[in-house]
Amino acid sequence: MSTPHATTVHPQGGGLRRASLRGASVERAQGRIGLVFVSLYALFLLAFGVMPSLYAVFLAFTKRGAFVGFDNFVKVFKDYRFLPAVEHVGLYLLVWLVSLVVLVVLLAVIVHAVGVRWLSTSMRFIYYIPGALAGASSVMVWLFVLDPTVSPVSFLLHALGFGSFVETVQADHLPITLAVIAFWTGAGGWILVMYGALNNISRDVIEAARVDGAGPVRTAWFIQIPLLRKWISYMVILSFAGGTQLFVEPRVLSQASRGVVSQDYSLNQLAFLYAFKQSDFNGSAAISLVLLVVSLGLSIYFVFRGGLFERV
Amino acid sequence: MNTLRISLALSALLVASPAISADSQITIWADATRQPAIEAFEAAHPEVKVNLVVDDGSSGGSGTFQTKIALADQAGEGWPDVVFSTQQNDAAWASKETNGVQAFAMPLNKGFLDQAFLDGYIPGALDPVTIDGTVYGLRNDLAPVLFWYNKALLDQFGYDAPKTWEDYQALGDKLAKDHPGYFLGSIGDSFEGPYIYYWSGQAPVFQVKGDAFTSNTTDPNAKKVSDLIDHMLKNGTLTQDSVFGASFVAKADHLVAIPGPAWYAGALFQNPGGVNAKPGQWAAAPPLTWSNGDKVTGNVGGGVWYASSHTANPDAVKTFLQFIVSNEKTAGTGGLPAYKAAADAWLDAQAKSGFYAGDFKGAISTAAASVWSGWGFPNFSPETAWAKIITPGLAAGKTMADLSADWQKEMQNEAQVVGYTVN
Repeated sequence: MSTPHATTVHPQGGGLRRASLRGASVERAQGRIGLVFVSLYALFLLAFGVMPSLYAVFLAFTKRGAFVGFDNFVKVFKDYRFLPAVEHVGLYLLVWLVSLVVLVVLLAVIVHAVGVRWLSTSMRFIYYIPGALAGASSVMVWLFVLDPTVSPVSFLLHALGFGSFVETVQADHLPITLAVIAFWTGAGGWILVMYGALNNISRDVIEAARVDGAGPVRTAWFIQIPLLRKWISYMVILSFAGGTQLFVEPRVLSQASRGVVSQDYSLNQLAFLYAFKQSDFNGSAAISLVLLVVSLGLSIYFVFRGGLFERV
Repeated sequence: MNTLRISLALSALLVASPAISADSQITIWADATRQPAIEAFEAAHPEVKVNLVVDDGSSGGSGTFQTKIALADQAGEGWPDVVFSTQQNDAAWASKETNGVQAFAMPLNKGFLDQAFLDGYIPGALDPVTIDGTVYGLRNDLAPVLFWYNKALLDQFGYDAPKTWEDYQALGDKLAKDHPGYFLGSIGDSFEGPYIYYWSGQAPVFQVKGDAFTSNTTDPNAKKVSDLIDHMLKNGTLTQDSVFGASFVAKADHLVAIPGPAWYAGALFQNPGGVNAKPGQWAAAPPLTWSNGDKVTGNVGGGVWYASSHTANPDAVKTFLQFIVSNEKTAGTGGLPAYKAAADAWLDAQAKSGFYAGDFKGAISTAAASVWSGWGFPNFSPETAWAKIITPGLAAGKTMADLSADWQKEMQNEAQVVGYTVN
C-alpha cells in the first residue's frame, strides 16, 4: 500500500519553510494512522492467509514431518478423481468467466446508456439484490429453482427436458448450472463496479466520439470497453481465484441430491475429502498448493496483460 | 489453502461450542429422527444434562461423523461424548488411531459395559460393529429387508402376494398390463439398489475380507438383480422417485408392494407424510428370495451409537447408552429395536395394535434371522458410488446392464483410495 501523500500547498514568501515543516509532520502523522489502519488487516492476513499457506507448503512436501519431495503431488495426480475434478472446474471456469465478461460489460454499458434516471437506478438495485445473499444461502434458493417439482420456473425446466431434480443436476451440464448460479450471485456487484468505471470516463471523450459520428455501439466498442480494460482484468483475476476454489455450490448440491452431484466434483472438494475422509492432510495441502500456483500464475498473466499496475 | 481456512473456521466453531466439563453434561451428535428418544432420556434422567447437536446422521454415506471427528482430532478438542450414525461402516475407521490421535470409538465390551447387558442383544446384531472381538458401537435398530404388501389392493386385483423375486417380477408384468400406474417399489434413493436389491439378492458386489475389497457385478446373482431392476424399470413398476420425496408420496396410493427394511414400518407406512397407511391395509411378509437360492435377505442400516474414548463423563455416557438402546418405549426409534427385550415389546405392541395384517412378528423375526453375511463393512459406503453413477445414469435412460461395470469400477476405486487392496 502506498503512503498517502499530503497535499503540499506552498504559501507565499517567508512562511514557506515553516509550512513545509508542518507538511512533513502531517505526512508522518498520516503515515502512522495509515499503519494503524492496515495493521489489523495485516494481522488477520498473516494469521488466516499467510501462515496457513506456509503451513500448507510445509504439509505438501512432507509426510509425518519428514521431507518427501513431490510424493504427495504424484499421489494426488494419480488419484482417479483428480483429472475429472480438474475437468469439471476448468469447464465451469470457462463457461462462467466468458459469460461474466461478456454479459457484465454488456449490461453495464446498457444500464449506463439508459437516460431515464429512475429506470437506471432501479435496474442497478435489482442487479445487486442476489449479491446480498451469502454463498450457501443463495445455493439454497437454487435448490428450489432447480427442482422441477417445486420450482417457480418448472415450465422452463420441463421445456428443457428435465423431469426431476436428478435430471437437472446431471454431471454433463453441471458446469453450466453452476456458472448460472455463480453469475446470478456475483454478477450484480460487478455490474455496479463497471457502471462506476464508466462514470469515470471523461465526458469530453464521449462527446468527441459523438461529434465524430459514433453511435452508442461504436462508442461502446471503441471508447468505453478499451477504457474498461483494467477493470475487466481485475474482475477476471478475482473471479478466477474464487472460481478455482469452487466448493460451496457443489457441496450443497451434493447433500441435497443425496450424492448425485458427487462429493468429489471439484478440486477443493477433493482436498476436503483428502483431509477429512482419508485423514491425509498432506495430500490435501498438495491439491491446495496446485490451486494456489495455477491461480497465481494466471493472475500474474492478467495483471500484466490488463495493465493493472500501469499508471495513466 | 482454502481447505485450511475452512478447517480453521470449523474448528473455531467446534471450540466455541460448550466444552465437555467435569459436571455431568454430555454432548450428543444425532439426526432429527433420534431427537424424541433423546428427549425421553432427558425426562427420565434429569441428573444428566444433554447437549444435542442435530446433524444428518451421515445418511447417504455423507461422512459427516468422520469429517467432524477428523476436525476435532486435528484441533485436539471438541469431541462429542456420544455419536449416532445411520451407517454401519464407521467402526472400520473409528476403531483405528488416526495421525497419532487415539481411536475415537470406545471399546464397549472391555470393561465399559457389562457383558450381561451386551448379551441382551439379538444374536448377530453387533456383528457390523465388532472388530476382532471388540465391540465398538451399539446397534440402535435392526433393519432386515422384508416384503411389505398392500393387502387391500392385492385382494382387490385378485393377486397372490409374491414369495420369490421371480414372482415379484411376474406380478410386475401383470400389473403393468392390467393396472398400469400401480407399482412395486422404488430405486430412487441411493440405499435401495445396493441394500434392498443386491444384498437381498445375494449378489457379491460389496465384500471385504481383511484388507481386501471385492466387487463382482458380473456374478450370476448380480446379473439376475440387474435384469430384475431393468425389467421393472422398463415396465414402470419400479419408480425412480425417492421414497421420502413429494412425488412418491403423491402416488403412494398406487403402491401395491415394496421390499424394504423393518424401519419402513414407522418411516413410511405409519408416517402421515409418507404412505400414511390405514390400519389393516398393509401386511408384512418374510423376505423375497430367489426360487433356487438361499433363504437370505439384505439389510438397510440400523443405526449405531458410539461412545467417545475422549469422554470426561463415562458414567453419564453409560447411563445414556443403556437407556437409548434398551428402553422399551423408545428403543429402535421407530424400527425394530436391536435389543432383545425391547424388540419383543415392540413386536408385541405392533401385533396387538393390529395395524399390520398377516403375521407381522413372524415376518420380521424371519427376516432378522436371515440377513446374508456376505456383505462387507469397509470404511466407505456403497451408496456414494450408486448415487454418482447409477442414479443419474438411470435418470438419463441407461440401464443397469449399461452401468453396472462403471458402478463396480467406482466402488473399487473408492476402496483403493481409502487403503483396501482390490481383487
